[in-house]
Amino acid sequence: MKKVRIALWSAVVIAAAATAALWMTERNQGPVAARVDPEAERFAADFELTDHNGMIQADEDFRGRWMLVFFGFTNCPDVCPLGLATIAQVMDDLDAEGAAVQPLFITVDPERDTPSALADYVPQFGPGILGLSGSTEQIERTAETFNIYYQKIEEASSPDGYTMGHTSSFLLFDPEGEFVRIYEYDQAPAVIVSDLRERIGT
Amino acid sequence: MFKTFAKAFQSLSVALLMGLPLAASAQQMSEDASIVVEKPWARASLGTSRPGGAYLTVRNEGSESISLIGLRAEISGMASIHETRTNSDGVSSMAPADDIVIPPGGMIALEPGGYHAMLMQLQSPLVEGETFPLTLLFSDGTELEITVPVLGIGARGPEG
Repeated sequence: MKKVRIALWSAVVIAAAATAALWMTERNQGPVAARVDPEAERFAADFELTDHNGMIQADEDFRGRWMLVFFGFTNCPDVCPLGLATIAQVMDDLDAEGAAVQPLFITVDPERDTPSALADYVPQFGPGILGLSGSTEQIERTAETFNIYYQKIEEASSPDGYTMGHTSSFLLFDPEGEFVRIYEYDQAPAVIVSDLRERIGT
Repeated sequence: MFKTFAKAFQSLSVALLMGLPLAASAQQMSEDASIVVEKPWARASLGTSRPGGAYLTVRNEGSESISLIGLRAEISGMASIHETRTNSDGVSSMAPADDIVIPPGGMIALEPGGYHAMLMQLQSPLVEGETFPLTLLFSDGTELEITVPVLGIGARGPEG
């Protein structure tokens, strides 16, 4: 009986040590593992980039309208076309109310997605969506201030030998430029439309 | 709702007008009917410089497990199955998929945000309203050629 008790207590001690070790490694793994509560996560719009018409655009230029921001790249065959199609459908359904919303598609692949490449691509989904690009440094800075993640991934079976991993959620900012919430890129457009309608109306 | 109907009707009329084989939107199966492919569709491409994406579902009506191991398509110099993964931080990335096992009676879906047929080195653009042949390669040696209709660039699913 005593042996069993010792064995059980040893198990407890080992489990506690393992938990502590796990907790400590998680704490030391940087931003990914030491994940903040998504509710508390803050995104901020602060950028100066070139749009697909060649015009310089900064976040201040969109004050007074809601900004719906989506990061992606045009060599992306799955997530980005679906995200852009979702945004286009949302804008279509918002109809006249859509005038209060500016959808922005910011590339995380400035090497390939020059403003003119974006001009070929983005308007195909919907006339209201504005594509934004910039130098590699500008995009790095933009991602940093927005607090979004992107990474170039070497991938032999992708065009030019690389693909991009990136934050795929839509970020909504209010007319004062304050972050409001995220929507997932694969959410049903109707859900986003009814949420936006409620917000625009108030 | 009406819009959806109108859209569906429109695509149907377009399909009929263009004389597309209706088989493109119906079931397509292997000779012994053990593998059934449904809801194939591809997104229209802009020219040939960027990879195209195609989707479908595969049902295993046989009594043995099979795996979808690859793809071949004349329209693509390099066709493969890729998988999109989105982590809990909302970061999405894409990588070549391993063989996809389909148990007897099971079904797998290639759909946006998950598995997709990635069509690289397009030999000609994917044009809305047209179709192209795509061959699915299975672990038991079955090669099943299906016809994939091309929908608009803004399509979100097999219904457009």
